Amino acid sequence: MDNGAGDGEALTPLHPNYVKVVRIGTALMAVPPLAVVTVWEILGLVPRGVVIVPVLALLAWMIVRLPLRRYGARGYSMSGDRLRVVRGLLWRKDTVVPFGRVQHIDVERNPIERRYGLATLVVHTAGTHNASVSLPGLGEDDALRMREAIRDKIRRDTL
Amino acid sequence: MSEARAAEAVAAEAPPLRTDPRGFVVKALTSMVRGALPAAAVLVGTSALGAVMIVAAVGAVSLVSFAIAWLKWTHLTYTTGHEDIRVEQGLLGRSARSVPYERIQDVSIEQKWLPRLFGLAEVKFETGAGGKEEISLAYLSIAEAERLREVVRERKEGAIEAAPAGMETVPDREATSQVLFAMDNRRVALFGLFEFSLIIFAVLLGAAQQLDFLFPFQPWEGDNWRWLVAGGEAQIAGIGRTAQIAALVGAVAALVLVGILTGIVRTFARDYGFRLDRTAKGFRRRRGLFNKSDVLLPVHRVQAALIRTGLLRRRFGWYGLDFVSLAQDGARTPHHAAAPFARLDELWPLVRAAGIEPPADGTVWRRPSPRPWLYDTLLHGLFFAGLGAAGAYAIDSALPLVAGAVVVVATVAANYLGWRRYRHAIGAAQIFLRQGTLAPRLMIAPQVKLQSAEIVQSPLGRWRDYATLNLGLAGGKLDLRGLRLAEARAIRGAVLDSIGAVDFSRLPG
Repeated sequence: MDNGAGDGEALTPLHPNYVKVVRIGTALMAVPPLAVVTVWEILGLVPRGVVIVPVLALLAWMIVRLPLRRYGARGYSMSGDRLRVVRGLLWRKDTVVPFGRVQHIDVERNPIERRYGLATLVVHTAGTHNASVSLPGLGEDDALRMREAIRDKIRRDTL
Repeated sequence: MSEARAAEAVAAEAPPLRTDPRGFVVKALTSMVRGALPAAAVLVGTSALGAVMIVAAVGAVSLVSFAIAWLKWTHLTYTTGHEDIRVEQGLLGRSARSVPYERIQDVSIEQKWLPRLFGLAEVKFETGAGGKEEISLAYLSIAEAERLREVVRERKEGAIEAAPAGMETVPDREATSQVLFAMDNRRVALFGLFEFSLIIFAVLLGAAQQLDFLFPFQPWEGDNWRWLVAGGEAQIAGIGRTAQIAALVGAVAALVLVGILTGIVRTFARDYGFRLDRTAKGFRRRRGLFNKSDVLLPVHRVQAALIRTGLLRRRFGWYGLDFVSLAQDGARTPHHAAAPFARLDELWPLVRAAGIEPPADGTVWRRPSPRPWLYDTLLHGLFFAGLGAAGAYAIDSALPLVAGAVVVVATVAANYLGWRRYRHAIGAAQIFLRQGTLAPRLMIAPQVKLQSAEIVQSPLGRWRDYATLNLGLAGGKLDLRGLRLAEARAIRGAVLDSIGAVDFSRLPG
């Protein structure tokens, strides 16, 4: 499978902690359906094990295996004047935003990301398509450094 | 020069600031009004609880709104740095937004009545970002708001002063305005003929539903119609074959006549006195019979030109021109109509006036790979065929199968024609995209005005080597379908190189 490293440039992988953050996020999302299925099982609304076993198997795959594959599918590269973000397991998306078109930049950290020292970098453009391109799973310092670099570049271009 | 300015900027670096403390009171009051009053109204209305409980509930809601507003206030800071304004906020998560001064197009100070009582204002920094994202600080004292506006203005002026001379000036400085395009009443009437519309029937039906009490009978009662079916049918059957055909032709003719009349009336109402001028500030468009509109579109805001037509009007040589920009032209039309009904020779000068070149004679139009259309046909065709077969099996009738077959044939035809009509050309500085079977259109976008470039591949696309290239256009959509991956990458590389040459703040007018 094409790992996105076309165009003759290597992609930087995300911070390894991104896998953990995705796992925790998925696990939290899995709580409500799991609770429902467990209640069904306890009340005997469905034949024993017919629903809960496949659901548990699916959730286990989503929590253990899927984040690894998603991590493998993601990557970015920041060369002289552009940021490239690659993502997507089934639908591969390979986005390039030139710094010269960045309107403003966000660095976001949700509680889980903070716990693991990660941050999400979001660049906003004036385009209707891809108005904001977000790059999760960066180390906090990396995200801030990238923000400074993009901002400096904008500054230098307009001076 | 730039070092001196940088030194001055370092000196001006301010520590992180909080918004005005009174702002938190205003916010708490606003959210309280929004939360507690309706709650109280509901409680009083249902009289489920005693007066004491109501007061306690309202008090609790108010307390919570105050606590939340307090926490939010303590966790929001802003900094006016050397290069940007930064806003940091968030209680559990943290979000830090950085807006470079160069990108701020306008600073607006907004005062609603409640903040105004406290002498406060909301400051909004407009950047022209494509999404609905905007940066605002609520609430600041009027003095602080003015100071921020000054800071932004100074920084921006500093940047512009340092810019190479000649880049900011508009090429032609004619103060007088010049008519670029106008439609007389004959043209509007002719345009109306092509704007055939049966919307009047929808309106009449809606009106009938609203005003049924005015009718001498109850139109929605089946019994009132049964007499027509029972007696009327015999009556209609009795009038003879010739008369039946005549009645049918008459009904269709009436329908067509009403449709054409509606089109003409609607077109006159919208486009009466249509006139497009080129003024020193940009394109000025006036039109309308009852609602007159007068819109100004600065030339540098035009992101792309869109020429569109219909099957019938193309046969008679009529086209329309829209300018794509971030400014919306009414709620239903996303683009700015520059010349809704004109000959191609009339349109090209307008396109050129917007700084866009028409396709040259030697332009190489490239056909896309048929694969995306082929797989769409297969997937959709199989789906509808299956649906028809399942339906036929379920109700034991061939009808769903026939309907399914019709849809499948339509899908095949639509996809084949869609592919046949789809072609693009990559010019030296522009991208051309031609598409559409029933409504053919041609989009011309200068590469330098594009904002981003994204290659998307579906699972099938990865298997069979085709991709879509989505180009970020401010105010519009520009997707090139059916490219080979290598081709998509080559086009993206070329586009990015021409984007990289010019910064957003420096885009030529």
